[in-house]
Amino acid sequence: MSGASDTAWRVGTVVEVHPETPSARRIIIDVDGWPGNIAGQHLDVRLTAPDGYSATRSYSIASAGPGSRVDLAVDKLPDGEVSPFLVDDLMVGDMLEIHGPLGGWFVWEPDAGPDAAADAGGDGRVAASARPVQLIGGGSGVVPLVAMIRSHVAADDSTPFRLLYSVRTPDDVFFPDVLADDGGVPALRVDLIYTRRAPDGWPVTPARITRDVVESSVFPASDNPRVYLCGSTTFVETVAEWLVDLGHDPRSIRTERFGGTS
Amino acid sequence: MSFITRGFSGRSRDRDPRIPPGQTEVGDFPVLSAGPTPHIDTAEWEFSIVPESGEARTWSWEQLMAEKIEEVTTDIHCVTHWTKLGTSWRGVSLDTLFADVETSQDYVMAHSYGGYTTNVPLDELLNGQAWIAFEFDGEPLDPEHGGPARLIVPHLYFWKSAKWVRSLVMMADDEPGFWEQSGYHIHGDPWKEERYW
Repeated sequence: MSGASDTAWRVGTVVEVHPETPSARRIIIDVDGWPGNIAGQHLDVRLTAPDGYSATRSYSIASAGPGSRVDLAVDKLPDGEVSPFLVDDLMVGDMLEIHGPLGGWFVWEPDAGPDAAADAGGDGRVAASARPVQLIGGGSGVVPLVAMIRSHVAADDSTPFRLLYSVRTPDDVFFPDVLADDGGVPALRVDLIYTRRAPDGWPVTPARITRDVVESSVFPASDNPRVYLCGSTTFVETVAEWLVDLGHDPRSIRTERFGGTS
Repeated sequence: MSFITRGFSGRSRDRDPRIPPGQTEVGDFPVLSAGPTPHIDTAEWEFSIVPESGEARTWSWEQLMAEKIEEVTTDIHCVTHWTKLGTSWRGVSLDTLFADVETSQDYVMAHSYGGYTTNVPLDELLNGQAWIAFEFDGEPLDPEHGGPARLIVPHLYFWKSAKWVRSLVMMADDEPGFWEQSGYHIHGDPWKEERYW
């Protein structure tokens, strides 16, 4: 885990921006002195106006591993103060204050040792193992899960991975390049649920996620998967309840929510 | 502060002095938790304080309701940068619950249904600083917000206000709880921005 010395405020330079979805933007930042991060961690971004007024928000990191570049995908909240600036105004070459990496619970690392330590409560970190990993994301909640998939791919890790991803429309899919198809990705399966509009020829009518969909798309409780669940509070509460109902051990379900501040 | 973000002007200059540094006021009530929400029936609920003697003082739901109930209006501050001003709660003060507890230890580990833990010094739970709360905004506390009853310690970041609280166990030393082991500050004073290690 990152100690205090690793989590000072640092200055990052924006090296790349491009549209991620109609409302979100991908932002790649090169952070001076960044110690690298574990998949699933987040960071704080602090914006400061000329008169010293500042605003700070937390964002999940979509990248993982060593290196000084971090990959964010920021969804613009219409009434927000920080996200509209990041999505509409931020330019390549701009500098941002960054604090992190943060968080030691909603994280996954490939092949970091025996499973038992994490199960026992340990220090909260999760080691990969024969236990399959089930990722479940709603909307921009997929961001930390993308970091886990990238980490899984980069390590050529053999843990069975599945992602169940709920989005409004095909245009709202974050990181389609990472999720596009399963070709070349070891032991990954992606299931998409479209809630408002599906691609042409999609076999299922767009609808909100249901208990039946969860039951048929996720590793069954008998496989004893680790579950990482991220999305809005309503999404997380609803799906977590179904999972427990379907026999998943609550201790094997890790949740993260977004919303609230913008 | 020397760093300025190009092009950022921000929204509001009339900053409310009740909002600690790095926080933003919200109108709704966001949720932060590590796993599924436990659902605990008040018929099975109980709450204990466990001093070093091991002789627990335990309350059933009815017994808790029979204690002196206080109305609390307070600001709450989450480490994820939101602050909610003027929230109203009903609950029982820890001064009341600790009245007959004998302990010479200085630290407390709060344990929750579902396994969550968080550490708080005893002197930050007494003297009108903490409650076992079971109502928010005039309604029974929702499970997702920690119902049927949660600890509230409003002067510390809100992760210290353990949801679904089931016991307070005295400790000789200030040992880290769940989030404190996962990167959050051992103490958590929002006015000092004690967010992370």
